Amino acid sequence: MGNIKQKDLILYSGLIILGLAAPYLFSAFKVQLTYLCVLIVLAMTWNLQGGEMGYNTFGNILFYGLGMYLTASVQVGMFFPLAEWTESGGEKTFVHTTAQYFQGIGVGLLVSAIVPAVIAGAIGYAILGLRGHYFAICTLGLGIAAGEIAGGIEIIGAGQGFTTPPFPAEIVDTEARGKFFYFLSFALLIGTFVFVKYIYGSRFRLILNAIRDNEDKAEAMGIQTMKYKIVGWMCSAFFCGLAGGIMGGLIGYIDSTDVAFDGREMGVFMVLMAILGGKGTLWGPVIGATLFHFFKEGLWTLILGWQYVALGVLIVVIVVYFPEGLMGWLREKYPERFGEVIDEKDRKAQVELK
Amino acid sequence: MLMVQASLDGILLGILFALIAYGMALQWGVMNIINIAQGDLVILGGYIAYTIYLWGIHPAWGVIISPIIMFFVGWGLYKLVINKVVDRDLFISILATFGIAIVFQQLMNFIFGADVVVAQSEYGTTMLFDNSVTLPNSKIFSAFISVLYAVALVIYMKKSRLGRAIRATAQNARAAKILGVDTEKVYAATFGINAALCGIAGALISITLTLHPYVGLPYTVRSFMIVIVAGLGNLPAVAVSGMGLGLFEEFADYILGTEFRIGAVFMLLVFILVYRRFKLSKKREYLK
Repeated sequence: MGNIKQKDLILYSGLIILGLAAPYLFSAFKVQLTYLCVLIVLAMTWNLQGGEMGYNTFGNILFYGLGMYLTASVQVGMFFPLAEWTESGGEKTFVHTTAQYFQGIGVGLLVSAIVPAVIAGAIGYAILGLRGHYFAICTLGLGIAAGEIAGGIEIIGAGQGFTTPPFPAEIVDTEARGKFFYFLSFALLIGTFVFVKYIYGSRFRLILNAIRDNEDKAEAMGIQTMKYKIVGWMCSAFFCGLAGGIMGGLIGYIDSTDVAFDGREMGVFMVLMAILGGKGTLWGPVIGATLFHFFKEGLWTLILGWQYVALGVLIVVIVVYFPEGLMGWLREKYPERFGEVIDEKDRKAQVELK
Repeated sequence: MLMVQASLDGILLGILFALIAYGMALQWGVMNIINIAQGDLVILGGYIAYTIYLWGIHPAWGVIISPIIMFFVGWGLYKLVINKVVDRDLFISILATFGIAIVFQQLMNFIFGADVVVAQSEYGTTMLFDNSVTLPNSKIFSAFISVLYAVALVIYMKKSRLGRAIRATAQNARAAKILGVDTEKVYAATFGINAALCGIAGALISITLTLHPYVGLPYTVRSFMIVIVAGLGNLPAVAVSGMGLGLFEEFADYILGTEFRIGAVFMLLVFILVYRRFKLSKKREYLK
């Protein structure tokens, strides 16, 4: 056992060093790297829901968008009147000082983590009583409704969008903005990974798996399924809200349906990444998100204009031909590596049955 | 008078929704898949009618031409993708059709442009109650055509050989197969008929409402909503709940404002599902 632990230690410290050095090594790709961190966080939290609990949700985009709006609103609202800010549409009538900017984004991120988690807890009892595809469609409806409703609210910019506070001009270093958001998202990624890894080693994961495999039986065994489902969803919401808050600051402009509650892009991406990597595994979403991001960035510019067609085709191909994902495929191929013992006799008997 | 106006608009619109929902119920009942691309099939049907309008043919002919083309589109779609998701988990079919929806939206965007278009039928309007209620004749025409096609389809499903095969497959696919029904063909035909229904609805939408490549999803959600309220294969209930939805939408439009109209539709979906869930949980059951 000690041997494996040591291997893990080398792997993790290597990855952390790589993560810390990345903005200096690939200085031109800081924004892309930030995106990658956020995508991995979204895929991992989706996996907690769809992969471990078996509740395939399209609604995590709700918390992502909510976090985005909350962070920006708090950051502005702490120092300036929010309505006038959005009305002026990002014109520089109000300027954050350096201290105000960082205080604002700190408090904003705190709020954007807690409020979505609370909302998930509040609506969880109603929504999580739905099962299977009803849950999927209901959360799809929630995400889109949120976008449509946010697009009609004046104080957060309605249809014209909401410009988030610009990075303080007093900081002269041109690289500072990119680095700040990269390290913020990297910290979030590490936090999420540690948390998810902790869950993977806990009884909580077994309960979630029991709910996925057979909810009625889990309930019959005396597990209060509803309680655990709500807690699971709140965990997802917490990290999705934070990811949204960071993303809002990075993009600098929030639109209700194209940036915040972007079910057509982010909402699908997170599902796709988790499935591509392999649902219900720790590393699957990480690998899936990384692959997807490279694929997307590499191909998007080559097939300009056709990217959504490619995305749609990719969804169909992955879902129809690779529903188990990369990790699932590896697991099928090298079961020993995943700690599965195969009974040769049993396998042969099953082949004969087929 | 505003009330009368909204009610009439809502009912006429609702009949159109019911037609789309009937297609959804058909494929859901027979093939056990939920088609997220339903609304995009509708919009594609609408664009076919719009194209023949651009060629100088009256768009009303779209209600005959569009379903014929859409039937083959549906058939092809089944052979290409849908046949691989029929027996699988419902979520797989949701995601796969979601992918198809994205492809359709984007292709329509390339071919027909991102502008909002409408085919002019030039049917004029009917004025009621001292000109205080205006009713475009195209809406009356669309409701009439929808009812006509729905009745024709019900008779076809009852009397024809294919209709019987479809109903048998819906009841028990395995037994139907044993008794010599080519279920593969039945599935393809079902999906084709569904697409054809979408084509009719789309052609009617092109003359009564507006077309845009990205407005498909609300139609999917509307039809899904009607089906879960009405149940599978219950046509009168589908018609009634379609009209109910139309009424709700028109009143939401007047009361909340047009910018919240689509939001209200999606919130209604959430409320209906949650309401059903609480009602069933009293009996310790859940939506299946």
